[in-house]
Amino acid sequence: MTTISDAFLLALQMMWQGNAELLSIIGLSLRVSLTAVVIGSTIGLPLGAFLALARFPGRNAFIVLLNASMGLPPVVVGLIVYLLLSRSGPLGPLSWLFTPMGMIVAQVVLITPIVGALARQTVADLWTEYEEQLRSLGLTPLRAIATLLWDGRFSLSTAVLAGFGRAIAEVGAIIIVGGNIAGYTRTMTTAISLETSRGDLALAMALGIVLLTIAIAINTGASLLNSFTRKTQGA
Amino acid sequence: MMLNHKSLLGGAVAAMLVLSATMASAQQKFIVIASTTSTEQSGLFGHILPRFTQKTGVEVRVVAQGTGQALKTGENGDADVVFVHDPAAEKKFVEAGHGVEHRQVMYNDFVIVGPKGDPAKIGGSKDVVDAYKKIAAAKAPFASRGDNSGTHAAELRLWKAAGVDVKTAGAGWYRETGSGMGPTLNTASGMNAYALTDRGTWLNFKNRGELTILVEGDQRLFNQYGVMLVNPQKHPHVKVAEGRAFIDWITSKEGQDAIAAYKINGEQLFFPNYKPGSGS
Repeated sequence: MTTISDAFLLALQMMWQGNAELLSIIGLSLRVSLTAVVIGSTIGLPLGAFLALARFPGRNAFIVLLNASMGLPPVVVGLIVYLLLSRSGPLGPLSWLFTPMGMIVAQVVLITPIVGALARQTVADLWTEYEEQLRSLGLTPLRAIATLLWDGRFSLSTAVLAGFGRAIAEVGAIIIVGGNIAGYTRTMTTAISLETSRGDLALAMALGIVLLTIAIAINTGASLLNSFTRKTQGA
Repeated sequence: MMLNHKSLLGGAVAAMLVLSATMASAQQKFIVIASTTSTEQSGLFGHILPRFTQKTGVEVRVVAQGTGQALKTGENGDADVVFVHDPAAEKKFVEAGHGVEHRQVMYNDFVIVGPKGDPAKIGGSKDVVDAYKKIAAAKAPFASRGDNSGTHAAELRLWKAAGVDVKTAGAGWYRETGSGMGPTLNTASGMNAYALTDRGTWLNFKNRGELTILVEGDQRLFNQYGVMLVNPQKHPHVKVAEGRAFIDWITSKEGQDAIAAYKINGEQLFFPNYKPGSGS
């Protein structure tokens, strides 16, 4: 397959030259996915910690549901969000369909269960370890949750990165909700999908390599930051 | 504890910043056009839309879908203008009150592509219906869009004319990909199947493999495009002034000339044919 070697050359060339269109597509991908990760984590992390500590009827069923939601098919989420945001749907007046806002909504729905479910497991493990200690300090549940989230921040960063990985890699939801509009809602993954359908497999593959490179760079950055703060804080 | 609150706050501030950046570009004047993959993927829109935007200051956001889905998008009020190629479906759409100011804009043509080996021996024929009969008789693999698009509708009309019932054809030679023109061509190229495609997508298509044009030039392969405004009485938010400006421009001499001027490798893809009063 010469396509693959062509693709690598093309990818290097694109990254070297950094043309404006490619940069704006990368920018949109990052903007949408990072925003979705921030919102998804803001909901998912406390939700996971709450589920780890709280005891209420139906809790187990809720946890099973949350775990199962990690596997939500993006195309189904895309369709549901599409129907909600459509002018003929309940949230039509927002005019978020075919905009980056709509894409963020779809990705938040995809990411929150992943962050929440992974956070729940992490915090539950910490809880078994520190329960007595925290109880003896007489912390309110809310403060206990905050303490555990802070204590487990390094393990929890994996949950956040998993959410980001899902967001930056998925195409099924955002292509439906965003409409893959050139210069407005076209991201790395929808551009790859478009170039594949045009039969320009080398360009599609090259874009894929660029995307992988970005994902690796971000994960490397997160990992370095993690070990740096670990050292300086002695945690 | 303090740190935790701070980082939470920081996260929220960052989220707001990113959100506002995302929304900033929404202030400009724009319209959403629901159109087909053939107009987008052939590169026509990339050629003509900048001229319209330069003249009017109205940005055009194209959502490229199959004709069936594009009409549905218009019906739901999620687009201002619909630009598709299935005259029968367009007529129904207008009659149902979903669209107004329907105008014929241009046509292009379909071609049958297939493997160079040509197992059904249809190469060089100008009779598309006869070619379809031969493909069915030879039970040669045929890749169909199967996605309710304008091209799919045209393909089904041709099978009907050939007297072949593809639903019961069986034997596995008739294969519905359920996807756009490009993906269907990728599939056809992968399994050396015949396929009906619009010429524009074909000329822009790179992963041809063994495929080549076998049948072209039959009158029945002409493919008419129409444009219309989504009915503002059903959807009051439709941008009537900007949408109408687009319809007027694409049917003006300037717009029609821009369509005719679009060429790939010296070959003209779309032929403007707007006549005043040509709508339904």
